[in-house]
Amino acid sequence: MKLSEEQVRYVAKLANLNLTQAEIDRMVQDLGSVLEHMDSLAAIDTEGVEPMTQVLYQTEETATLRPDVERAPLANEAALANAPAAGSGYFKVPKVIER
Amino acid sequence: MTADSIQSIREGLLRKEFSAVEVAREALVFAERENPKTNAFLLFSAERAVANAERVDARIAAGEEPGLLAGVPVAVKDVILTKGLRTTCGSRILEHYVPPYDATVVERIEAAGGLIIGKTNCDEFAMGSSNENSAFGPVRNPAAPDRVPGGSSGGSAAAVAQKTAVISLGSDTGGSIRQPASFCGVVGVTPTYGRVSRYGLVAFASSLDHIGPFARSVRDAATLLEAMAGRDPLDSTSADAPVPNYAAHLDGHVRGMKIGVPISYMRHALGETYELIDKAIRRLKGLGCELREISLPATDYAVAAYYIICTAEASSNLARFDGARYGLRSAASATLSDMYHNTRGEGFGPEVKRRIMLGTYVLSHGYYDAYYKKAQKVRALITRDFTNAFQSVDAIVAPVSPFPVFRIGEKVDDPMAMYLSDIYTITGSLAGIPCMSVPCGTTNEGLPVGLQILCNHFHEQQMFRLADAFERR
Repeated sequence: MKLSEEQVRYVAKLANLNLTQAEIDRMVQDLGSVLEHMDSLAAIDTEGVEPMTQVLYQTEETATLRPDVERAPLANEAALANAPAAGSGYFKVPKVIER
Repeated sequence: MTADSIQSIREGLLRKEFSAVEVAREALVFAERENPKTNAFLLFSAERAVANAERVDARIAAGEEPGLLAGVPVAVKDVILTKGLRTTCGSRILEHYVPPYDATVVERIEAAGGLIIGKTNCDEFAMGSSNENSAFGPVRNPAAPDRVPGGSSGGSAAAVAQKTAVISLGSDTGGSIRQPASFCGVVGVTPTYGRVSRYGLVAFASSLDHIGPFARSVRDAATLLEAMAGRDPLDSTSADAPVPNYAAHLDGHVRGMKIGVPISYMRHALGETYELIDKAIRRLKGLGCELREISLPATDYAVAAYYIICTAEASSNLARFDGARYGLRSAASATLSDMYHNTRGEGFGPEVKRRIMLGTYVLSHGYYDAYYKKAQKVRALITRDFTNAFQSVDAIVAPVSPFPVFRIGEKVDDPMAMYLSDIYTITGSLAGIPCMSVPCGTTNEGLPVGLQILCNHFHEQQMFRLADAFERR
């Protein structure tokens, strides 16, 4: 499956990813060759096969449940320590609503 | 340093030949001096290592048990969070990120007396097979400086090979521990999915991500796995299965063990790699193992299935890097949407962008069934192949990579060729079974080659026993 430049731009928009024109040209070529290989999957018969959504092994169904007990959350200050912009205990981002 | 194994450090400490603080300081001086040769470390953590060494020395002075990893210098791949120690994931987007908490494995290693001496270089967000995708420069292979160390855990493999760390931690999604272990001539282990907690591992593909050890011997790798394995309430995918004393069962008894050899895997291994793997298999026969030809037919579709599943999961996992809460934020962004687009455009490197794009595409409306769902069905077939095989064999042996270590820059321009080279490691990853690479010789040029051993879910003990017997031969 080849991808058009228009499709690449659409996917980049879905992914919130800004790409330069050079990057888009390269994506058209690279994604095309990878998707071509991926199309080989159509040849394998998977009739009646359940999709494997996670690794399964012999275990009880409740094995991954934990007791419902309180645990101290990350302190506000620690959570904000890496924020590019913060104030009054919150993350700050560019304005989304005009007054 | 003369004490360069977990066992020899422990004995030296208990006999008071040296202290843990001396081990830490000596290891750091050596590592900082040697590091420019490989670029394996991105950061050293002297203060933390010495503080932990002091605790080990205090325990020994008080006559207490100092722990399974007492005084052992450990390197940690830079995708694993260390509280207060910068963790970059090899990415510009996290260049200045300082985690507010420790990964569970980091806590467990330090509780066992291990000394974390630094963070190691890797492909950006663990995406790559050569360590050339790091934003902080490639790592050089200690055995051949013009060549890659493999990836994505290239720094952790190189540090152990270069002896700047005794043991190290890597992460493996499709071969990122086994392939660099093979290329650097060290032992690398991908445990069963769920065997080791991933709390604090920056997620790449959650249904495939593992944390595992590198070491210079099977015994050290087994000991490190024992120290960090086991149920963690903070990771709901961690298994509630008892952790055996792995190192205690390395008795060399492999006579009668049934070993499966997937013939189609051997057919694709090239030249000297084929010869070395073939020699290794004959050596296993010499140890009394029974060889059986097996077939893993769905392998032909593994690369396609793997790169659909891992990129789909990556595109979701990496959505969190948006400039709002941590990491880079693009300076010139008037709106929230611009901030997301620009931050991600500026912060991610080419391979990460490629995988986010692929993953977003295969999950997008109209393509989900043809790609993602189909890949999950193929994954079930690949797992079934292994389940069938393990009804008649105890372990499977195979190459790790179709070819020996390549040169820096040699394959960087052809992403599909790089993906195809992961063929032997991704099948085990998709099935979630334990697999490892153990050194099996070098090519005429002196390039290391590893033998891959794969066992059934939670059969690490058997895998280590075979690898140890092979290593000693």
